[in-house]
Amino acid sequence: VKSNNVFGKSLLALLSQDKIDDDVWDEIEETLLMADLGTEPTLELVDRLKERVTVEGTQDTAKVKDMLHEELTALIDPSLDRRLSVTAEGRPAVMLVVGVNGVGKTTTVGKLARVLVAEDKSVTLGAADTFRAAAAEQLTTWGSRVGVPTVKSDTEGADPASVAFEAVSEGIENESDVVMIDTAGRLQNKANLMDELGKVKRVVEKKSEVDEVLLVLDATTGQNGLNQAKVFSEVVDVSGIVLTKLDGTARGGIVVAIQRQLGVPVKLIGLGEGADDLAPFETEKFVDALLEG
Amino acid sequence: MFNSLSDRLTATFKNLRGKGRLSEADIDGTAREIRRALLDADVAVPVVREFIAKIKARAMGAEVSEALNPGQQVVKIVNEELKGILGGETRELQLAKNPPTVIMLAGLQGAGKTTLAGKLAAHLKGKGHTPMLAACDLQRPNAVNQLQVGGERAGVPVYAPHPGISSEAETPTGDPVRVARDAVAEAQSKLHDIVIVDTAGRLGVDQELMQQAADIKAAVGAHETLFVIDSMIGQDAVNTAQAFNEGVDFTGVVLTKLDGDARGGAALSVAQVTGKPVMYASTGEGLKDFEVFHPDRMAKRILDMGDVLSLIEQA
Ligand SMILES: Nc1nc2c(ncn2[C@@H]2O[C@H](COP(=O)(O)OP(=O)(O)OP(=O)(O)O)[C@@H](O)[C@H]2O)c(=O)[nH]1
Ligand SMILES: Nc1nc2c(ncn2[C@@H]2O[C@H](COP(=O)(O)OP(=O)(O)OP(=O)(O)O)[C@@H](O)[C@H]2O)c(=O)[nH]1
Ligand SMILES: [Mg+2]
Ligand SMILES: [Mg+2]
Repeated sequence: VKSNNVFGKSLLALLSQDKIDDDVWDEIEETLLMADLGTEPTLELVDRLKERVTVEGTQDTAKVKDMLHEELTALIDPSLDRRLSVTAEGRPAVMLVVGVNGVGKTTTVGKLARVLVAEDKSVTLGAADTFRAAAAEQLTTWGSRVGVPTVKSDTEGADPASVAFEAVSEGIENESDVVMIDTAGRLQNKANLMDELGKVKRVVEKKSEVDEVLLVLDATTGQNGLNQAKVFSEVVDVSGIVLTKLDGTARGGIVVAIQRQLGVPVKLIGLGEGADDLAPFETEKFVDALLEG
Repeated sequence: MFNSLSDRLTATFKNLRGKGRLSEADIDGTAREIRRALLDADVAVPVVREFIAKIKARAMGAEVSEALNPGQQVVKIVNEELKGILGGETRELQLAKNPPTVIMLAGLQGAGKTTLAGKLAAHLKGKGHTPMLAACDLQRPNAVNQLQVGGERAGVPVYAPHPGISSEAETPTGDPVRVARDAVAEAQSKLHDIVIVDTAGRLGVDQELMQQAADIKAAVGAHETLFVIDSMIGQDAVNTAQAFNEGVDFTGVVLTKLDGDARGGAALSVAQVTGKPVMYASTGEGLKDFEVFHPDRMAKRILDMGDVLSLIEQA
C-alpha cells in the first residue's frame, strides 16, 4: 500500500484515510515476536496480512487485527485432534513423558494422574528418572498425593530402561488402565542422553506398545523450543506437547512454529504448581492470550 | 533451510569494499541481518530495538579500516557493543566483613537454583571456605531432599529443620523466612563463613511469593542475591528479570543450562534491562559444571558467527 509517489499517496489518503501505516505493521510484528513466535513465522504472517489487506482493500486497523487473529487460529488449527490416548484394549495404555531439564515433566505426570484418577482410571507411575537428585522421591510424593503407586528403583543411577520396563510390567500385573513413565530431563544436544531415552522406549516396547509420548515444553522457552521438538520427535516420535508455566507472563508462541514444522499439537497446558493446574489446550484462548501483549 | 548469519552476512558484504567512511547503505543491510540474528537468538524485542539504534548511530560515519569491508566493520562494532553490555563490571562475589556471607538464590521454577546451590558450595569449598546450605524451599515436592543430596555430593552441610513437602509430610511445615534466619544463626555458631540460601521457584507475577522472597532477603541481610535464569528463555526474560529486580533487587545473574544449544540472548536482555552483571554460567548437571561467565564467548554465541568474528579479530 506504500507508495513513494507523493501524488499517489495523498490521493490514496484522501480516498481511504489510510490508517494502516508502518506503525501498525511494526506493532503487529512486535506483538508476534514478543510472544516468541519467531522471526520466520512472524514475517510470513505479516506478509500474508499485507497481501490480504491489499486484495481486500481493508483500511481499518481493527479489521487487520481480526485478520491476524483469523490467520493465527488457522495456523494452529482448531480442528486438530488433541485428545490423549489413554485407553488400550486388554492392557494398560502406556505414556512416556519427556523433555529438557526443569520444564515440569514430573509435575505434569502428577497432575495428569490426578485427572485420570478423577475419571475412575487406575494408574501406575514409573520413576525412570534415576539420575537427578531426589527425582524418584518427588514423583513418589506426587503418586501418594493423588493416591497411585509409583514404581522406582532403590539403587541410585539404576538403568532407566529397566525401571520403565518394571513399571509397565507392574501396570500389566495390577491391571492398571494407564502407566505413566517420568523420565530424566535431558538437553536435546546430548547424544548419549538422547540414545538412552530411545532405549527406554525400545525396552518398554518389548512389553507393550507406547500409546502417547508427551513432550513437556516450558512456555518461557524461546526459539530453542523448535530444536527440542525436532530432536525429541526424531528419537521417540512425540505425539503431543504439554505447554507448562502458562500462568506466568510468557505466551509460549514457539509452539506455533513447532506445529507448523512438525505437526505435533499441543494437547495440554500447565497453569501452576498445584495438582489441579492442568487444562486442555484451547486454540481460541491461546490466540487471545498471544495477541494480548 | 536457514542460512547462518555468517552466510547471510557474507552475501551482504560481497561487493562492498571499504573506502572512507561507512555510509547509511553500508550499515542498513548489515543492521537488518544483525537484528534478525539477535531475534533468532531470543534477545528481547525492546532490547534489540535499542541495540540496533545504538549500533547505527555509532557506525554512521565511522572510519572504515583498511582490512575490513564496511559490513565487517559494522559487525566489529556490534561485537564490541555486545561485549560491553555483557561484560559491564565483572566482579567477584562480595564477601561480608563479618561472616557469614549470605548468598541467596532466586528465580523462576526449574531454572536451576537447587543444582546451582550445590555447585556454588563445592566451588567455594574448593577455595577454602566453609559454606553451609539452607533449605528454604518448603513448597516444591522433595526440594529439601534434592538439596540434601547436593550438599552431600559437595561435602557441605545442609541446614534443613523442615522436611518441606514429601510423601511423609504432605502439608508444608515451617516458614521459609524463619528457616533462612535460623540458618544464619546456625552458621554463626558452627563457624561457617558462607550461607547459601536455596529458595522455591516463583513467577515474576506472583506478588505473594515475590514478597516472601523479599522477606527472606531482608531477614538474612543477603550480601549477594543471585538471579538464576535458564539460557533457553525467550522474550519473557525482560518481564521476569524486571520483576525479580524490583522484587529482590538482585546483585548478580547466573545463566544456566549453557551446555545446551540455545543461543542465550537472554544474557543480553537481562544485562541490558537491569544493568546487573552476569557472574556465573552453569554448564551441566554435575557438581563441577560451573564457570565464571565469559562475555566474549557469549557475544560469539549470541551472534552464532565465531568464524566471522575470528576473522575480524585478526584484522
Ligand atoms: N508456575 C508453574 N510452575 C510449574 C508448572 N509446572 C511445573 N512447575 C514447577 O516447575 C518446576 C520444575 O518442575 P518439575 O516437574 O520438577 O520439572 P521436570 O521437568 O520434572 O524437571 P527435571 O526432572 O529436573 O528435568 C517445579 O518447581 C514445579 O513446581 C506450571 O505449569 N506452572
Ligand atoms: N543440562 C543442565 N541441566 C541443568 C543445569 N542446571 C540445572 N539443571 C537441571 O535442571 C533441572 C532443574 O534444576 P533445579 O536445580 O531443580 O532447578 P530449581 O530452580 O531449583 O527448580 P525449582 O526449585 O523447582 O524452582 C534439573 O534437572 C537439573 O539437573 C545446567 O546448567 N545444565
Ligand atoms: Mg522430573
Ligand atoms: Mg529448587
